[in-house]
Amino acid sequence: MCGIVGLHLKNPDLQPRLGELMTLMLEAMTTRGPDSAGIAIYADSLEFPEPDLRYSLRAEADVDWDVLGKTIAADTGSEVRVRRLAADSAVLESPAREAMFLAAVKRAGADVTVAGWGRAMVLVKDVGAPADICARYGIPSWGGYQGSGHTRMATESAVTTKHSHPFAPAADLALVHNGSFSNYATVRGRLARAGIQFDTDNDSEVAARLIAARMAEGSGLDDALRTVLREMDGFFTLLVTTRTQFAVVRDSFACKPAVIAETADYVAMASEYQALARLPGVADAVVFEPMPEEIHLWTR
Amino acid sequence: MDPVTLSCAELSTREINAALAALPDGASARVLEPRGRHNLAVGLANRVTIDIDGNAGYFTGGLGTGPDIVVHGFVGWSVGENLMDGSVRVKGNASECAGASSHGGTIIIEGDASSRAGISLKGGTILVAGDVGHMSGFMAQAGLMLIGGDAGHALGDSLYEAVIYVAGKIASLGSDARTEELTEADVRVVKELAKIGGFDHIEPENVTRVASAKELYNFDALKDQKY
Repeated sequence: MCGIVGLHLKNPDLQPRLGELMTLMLEAMTTRGPDSAGIAIYADSLEFPEPDLRYSLRAEADVDWDVLGKTIAADTGSEVRVRRLAADSAVLESPAREAMFLAAVKRAGADVTVAGWGRAMVLVKDVGAPADICARYGIPSWGGYQGSGHTRMATESAVTTKHSHPFAPAADLALVHNGSFSNYATVRGRLARAGIQFDTDNDSEVAARLIAARMAEGSGLDDALRTVLREMDGFFTLLVTTRTQFAVVRDSFACKPAVIAETADYVAMASEYQALARLPGVADAVVFEPMPEEIHLWTR
Repeated sequence: MDPVTLSCAELSTREINAALAALPDGASARVLEPRGRHNLAVGLANRVTIDIDGNAGYFTGGLGTGPDIVVHGFVGWSVGENLMDGSVRVKGNASECAGASSHGGTIIIEGDASSRAGISLKGGTILVAGDVGHMSGFMAQAGLMLIGGDAGHALGDSLYEAVIYVAGKIASLGSDARTEELTEADVRVVKELAKIGGFDHIEPENVTRVASAKELYNFDALKDQKY
């Protein structure tokens, strides 16, 4: 069992409250996933120069992030701005080319990984109770226009930060999954033979990499999700977000729960209604369950 | 006697259910601010009336053998699961597995029910004013379902002795389910069920009766054999 939450804001007035609302939603799903949690927050920032990207870094041990920033700046020959989130987490911003930056992180330290990156997305994940994780990173004070989150009760692989969701294998792409894929080893083998590298042995990462691979070939998110429906077997409710899109899809049996509430101000999605019950104006929302094998997609 | 009020904002689910179970027969209670709380009003054996004042979570009114419960909102999975007697009325929609395994009593959904409504029904009655999702009535062994709207795919898959009446369209029938001719006795039953549900949009003589073809009852050793 796992919990999924997501919020796609239509009304910009709610943007300062995104982190606060996402925290409420994530905490409400603690019973579905008490062992680890993660959250991806998408925000515009007007002062953020093009074509810089922000990289959400996570370390196994405490890191001097300023020193690491300087190392990566020297390696890439580009400016690196460091925003420390915690002793083991930071967001680094840089105009360096994506591949060059990712390679420089690998060279800089074996126990530092990129949890996610993009123009808009910052991603944190950790082991522990969702409420503790949100407090640790100060999520309630974060603003933004879109978020996705996950509370994990591990079934297919180990309880570690790396194995927790969201999985974010491409810029501004995040996937959270409730369920279990049964043919993921087969699909992973096929992707690996095509040269795609994996961070973990987790089943959900395979779906995320499959979507990223299709989108890298030029597919839209909707087509990439149809590929998941066609090629991946198992139980799943997925919430997949990009810089502009917010999509929910369920397998043909639809036995992993999902509920969506839409108002003029937002689209909110969660595994259970409890996570939506405290959102502003939810009493007047259109509340529905996404149908099996239907792609529900909203674009900003 | 004024109804007892119990607020989910102040009390745990155990405290609410213990307070409901302690009510004398004939009493009534209101449960406030449910906010999708699971397991409200479960396992009650007293003849009481309970109003749940908003949207409730999973297993609402499950295992009951006596109370009449009204949910003024929608419910999550498995409303009235394993109900033995009494009733659960939902003013809004119900999520998956409404009335799963219910042995008796009546579950009334005034909106739509999601997939697997009435799965493994064992003698209860399920009345849905609107539509039901895929695999509804799966392996239903005994009891009645009345669907006022449309039914999703694989309706009545592997049915035993339960009977399903559908007023609207059926996306597809499941294995071993078949439509049967509507008898006068069926029309009388549907009329009665619609009356209990308070559904006035159903024409009892125009519903479809779905029951088991009973071809799965016995193992057919020659099935799929080429020689």
